[in-house]
Amino acid sequence: MYKILVKQQLAPSVQLFEVEAPLIAKKAQPGQFIILRIDEEGERIPLTIADFNRETGTITLIFQEVGASTVELGRLHEGDCILDLVGPLGKATHIQKFGTVVCVGGGIGIAPVYPIARGMKEAGNEVISIIGARSKDILIYEKEMAAVSDELIITTDDGSKGLKALVTQPLKELLDSDKTISLVVAIGPVIMMKFVAETTRPYGVPTVVSLNPIMVDGTGMCGGCRVSVGNENKFACVDGPEFDGHKVDFNVLMSRQRMYKPHEKQHSEHLAGKQEGGCKCHSH
Amino acid sequence: MSLSLNKNPMPEQDPKVRAKNFAEVTLGYTAELAQAEAERCLQCKAAPCRKGCPVQIDIPGFIKHVKAGEMDASIAKIKEANGLPAVCGRVCPQEEQCEKHCVLAKKGEAVAIGRLERYVADMARNKGESVDTLAYADDAQKVAIVGSGPSGLSAAGDLAKMGYKVTMFEALHLPGGVLMYGIPEFRLPKDEVVQAEINNLRKLGVDIVVNAVIGSTFTVDELLEEEGFDAVFIGTGAGLPYFMDVPGENLNGVYSANEFLTRCNLMKAYRFPQSATPIHVGKRVAVVGGGNVAMDGARTALRLGAEQVSIVYRRSEKELPARLEEVHHAKEEGIHFQLLTAPTAVLGNEDGWVTGLQCIRMELGEADASGRRRPVEVPGSEFVLDVDTVIIAIGQGPNPLVQSTTKGLETNKKGNINADAETGATSKVGVFAGGDIVTGAATVILAMGAGKKAAVAIDQYLKEKKSK
Repeated sequence: MYKILVKQQLAPSVQLFEVEAPLIAKKAQPGQFIILRIDEEGERIPLTIADFNRETGTITLIFQEVGASTVELGRLHEGDCILDLVGPLGKATHIQKFGTVVCVGGGIGIAPVYPIARGMKEAGNEVISIIGARSKDILIYEKEMAAVSDELIITTDDGSKGLKALVTQPLKELLDSDKTISLVVAIGPVIMMKFVAETTRPYGVPTVVSLNPIMVDGTGMCGGCRVSVGNENKFACVDGPEFDGHKVDFNVLMSRQRMYKPHEKQHSEHLAGKQEGGCKCHSH
Repeated sequence: MSLSLNKNPMPEQDPKVRAKNFAEVTLGYTAELAQAEAERCLQCKAAPCRKGCPVQIDIPGFIKHVKAGEMDASIAKIKEANGLPAVCGRVCPQEEQCEKHCVLAKKGEAVAIGRLERYVADMARNKGESVDTLAYADDAQKVAIVGSGPSGLSAAGDLAKMGYKVTMFEALHLPGGVLMYGIPEFRLPKDEVVQAEINNLRKLGVDIVVNAVIGSTFTVDELLEEEGFDAVFIGTGAGLPYFMDVPGENLNGVYSANEFLTRCNLMKAYRFPQSATPIHVGKRVAVVGGGNVAMDGARTALRLGAEQVSIVYRRSEKELPARLEEVHHAKEEGIHFQLLTAPTAVLGNEDGWVTGLQCIRMELGEADASGRRRPVEVPGSEFVLDVDTVIIAIGQGPNPLVQSTTKGLETNKKGNINADAETGATSKVGVFAGGDIVTGAATVILAMGAGKKAAVAIDQYLKEKKSK
């Protein structure tokens, strides 16, 4: 059992959990993920590790309540326990001194970009971060990102904060400027990562993306998370989750993400029924 | 008294009924049937059946006790050699092992050793078997078992009985390995049989740590150098699914058998939405492959509501690697066999979903290295199977995680760990390995046999280590 020590709402439907998981905290590196299961009936949910603290033995998870299971996860309180938590999984981000690194985070993807930006900064890179969200209400980790970046650029779709633009616009401006960009790291919705990769491709700037496809075990056993990278199938759980953005087949990935949409609705309705039926197992 | 040439049949659920539920297909012997079957055993002194058993159960011994109605003595006799009899009685290929050597098999059918083993184990469990917790010496040496599948379970049980403190590490949230994620509920009930037998190990004092990925949470080197283990046994199995490498394999509706079965067995997707893990099964399903895993996938798809399920296999029926019993059960349930057929592409629609499986007909040519006749394509014989789900069950390889993170652990070209066939000793001192991670995908009982042999070798290694 893994205890939730801190719960914080970062934005509407975006939650932060600090969870007691000393073995994972001891080993976690930027770029890695965990898989959790809420209870006996729960599915295995992969979440990127947003932060870790080796001293306190805790890891930070940030998630958006998008599907039935994440909504259920969001109903847990401080002091509640998560039944299963396994990790760290996947390969760590390759961090070294590259020169100037642009870290792009979109929506909930800003959370996993944060430890990477921090790592890049600590490794002596100039870090320029671009973070974007639909509007300012759901923009997370602004302060944290500012603290580890030499320059922070904010974009919102509605212009409520920073530039009224998509993250690719300031990225293109940076690529067009005199600056030599050594590396771009982008984490966010698949469509955003696809367009970031398309933006950097003509410039030949190496672009790393972190993929979060549907998976079950997270250890290379099911193959559900297979993605086509350079026309070769890779398992995101063990070969990734980070890949060369210029080689990823984003279209197939987006299609695969939609596989269980009909089930999602059915599961939500089932859980809604359970809530109304007076199952109070998650409230205290 | 003249003995029947045939085995006493085991009661089963009606095929039409069972094809729609996940309850166990076979129901087990009644006391009368078990008695009658036990009577068939000739109690041969030479006991050729034992030679066919990878863990060398005293088969005539336990059957003699069944005949005499001494059920406690019978289970004790089995457990001298096998800690998972309810599992083995169900999933061992007895026809190729113990029963193959039975004297009765020369003229008729062998004694139904597997059915009797299962009967004895089920009786003991239902009665509420008592397992004595072992007392450990304060200075008992510690052994880590990596992976909680058949080889690990058998090594753990034997080492615990030898007085070692055993900790078993499992990456998933429940122990059992392939017994939990791979073999379906209708062949091997999970809570009732698998977890019950694993609980007996816990009672022996084996500590089971789930959610621990060795190679990540701990490395093997850390287990030895920092966590205080004196030896490590690696039994991580064959968990990496192979794909066909044909176009369209990433379409929605294409599963590896591993994923399809894991969703259903481990994650209980057959109870969705009560259980949160979804599974997709279309109306028409093709399962590619001819082994036990393919049969399991096909029969699972049928139970999940598919209207037609076909096994697509490139050789003929004679070469099907699955157990005869599994093929027989699959046919009874209405699984269609599309033999001498090889897929060449998965076809899909604009939305990215499977619409068909393009195949080519095959014919058998000369025998290949495995002794089976090699299938060759019949030119111009392409056709399309009308399916909306494809399950790929063409085999599994070794997961590289442990090998790639352990210093000095040698592997072969395929990525399997090089280990001595008799002792499980690897290239790394204090590290032993056995089961599918060494041999490639095989059977539950062969893996258990490897775990047993390794336990003996680990015992010897630790005694020598202590005396130094």
